[in-house]
Amino acid sequence: MRTISTDDITATVRNLCIEACTVLGTDVLNQVRKALEVETSPTGRMVLEKIIQNAEIASSENIPLCQDTGMAVVFLEIGQDVHVNGGLLYDAINEGVRQGYRDGYLRKSTLDPITRQNRGDNTPAVIHPEIVSGAKLKIIFAPKGFGSENMSRVMMFPPSAGIEGAKDFIVQRVIESGGNPCPPIVVGVGLGGTFEKSALIAKKALLRPLGSPNSDSVLDALEKELLEKINSTGIGPMGLGGNTTALAVHINSYPTHIASLPVAVNIQCHSCRHAEAIL
Amino acid sequence: MNLETKKIQAPLENEVVQNLRAGETVLLSGVIITGRDAAHKKMVDLINSGNDLPFSIKEEVIYYVGPTPPPPGRPIGVLKSATSYRMDQYAPVLIEHGLKGMIGKGRRSEEVKSAMEKWGAIYFAAIGGAGALMSCCIKEAEIIAWDELGPEAVRRLVVEDMPLIVATDIHGGDLYITGPRQFRIAD
Repeated sequence: MRTISTDDITATVRNLCIEACTVLGTDVLNQVRKALEVETSPTGRMVLEKIIQNAEIASSENIPLCQDTGMAVVFLEIGQDVHVNGGLLYDAINEGVRQGYRDGYLRKSTLDPITRQNRGDNTPAVIHPEIVSGAKLKIIFAPKGFGSENMSRVMMFPPSAGIEGAKDFIVQRVIESGGNPCPPIVVGVGLGGTFEKSALIAKKALLRPLGSPNSDSVLDALEKELLEKINSTGIGPMGLGGNTTALAVHINSYPTHIASLPVAVNIQCHSCRHAEAIL
Repeated sequence: MNLETKKIQAPLENEVVQNLRAGETVLLSGVIITGRDAAHKKMVDLINSGNDLPFSIKEEVIYYVGPTPPPPGRPIGVLKSATSYRMDQYAPVLIEHGLKGMIGKGRRSEEVKSAMEKWGAIYFAAIGGAGALMSCCIKEAEIIAWDELGPEAVRRLVVEDMPLIVATDIHGGDLYITGPRQFRIAD
């Protein structure tokens, strides 16, 4: 058994909030640069160039990449031999979010869904814990902007829809979203599971580094097929026309029920932000 | 192929609006205002109840943003456009009352486009998600109304060479329709 203090967790989450919102991952930047090599629309090229320039300014000036610094989403991998000391784990995480959004001058966007009263500190975080082997705690902070989150959907298909039905749904979702989610987007897909499991694995798919293959060869082929279809739509950067509508399609799957085919599509803007630390 | 970039000045004169075409890129300088969901609701509620607004929208350009808090030494935090369709139900009334330009992202409704053609107003697409870049074009910022709305308060901004794309003009041009059509690859 290993003990981790809540103070360490809070300090780590604070720093991850600021890092995730100001530094765009090199995997994302590399994909944007690759897209620039094939983009033929002049407007599209201009947008891609500005996205790269924006990331350079944000990291050198230490300011957020985007005004929407997101709702705080935290994925935890908790080693089952870890003991948290000094208070409640979730309280420590929320305190880290509070400090990070205050000290990083990040926008506080979390509010009551009925009164629409802003809570003022961007808490509570949406926390997804997973128990794993070992004695470490992995914290992944993935702020989620809602321009793209609003374009996401879950569909409970009957089995008769088949994989073709799922593919049409995914491509149609991208077409209907148009320029709203700030393309080029990353498309996270969850196939199977239950209603909520499909959405969760779709969101988790967004964490995989861009440019890395899916470890499942069937899903990998499906990802490539869908990416080509999506980039043939012409939507392009910001929806103003071009060959780069998505940087990647990432699919996770999970066994499902004989009566259903759940398909979740979680749309992510080009600012595909996440930062992680292991304690 | 390179894009030619026009320099234009806000507030916008009718003649400038007349001459802009969808697909053109511009560098906007001058004075503009900001407002998004909550501020739009307030503006339209005031107009519909016959009251004056606490600021003028005549010839103004409105930027759909809610910036992050300003860090020390900067006039404003980072800002990028909100998704414009959320303002569609309010925009026609504002255009009728003199608003000349809107900066946002994403397609507009037919009602908004009709109002733009009828009263003469232009719609610019900003590069969504490029908040840090856009913030470097903001030279001054001050809240001019509804402080209590926090990030959604109405601000007056002095901007310099803000890079924008003319998305929808007053002659029926809409890059959100023609752009994707041009680059679509048929099955």
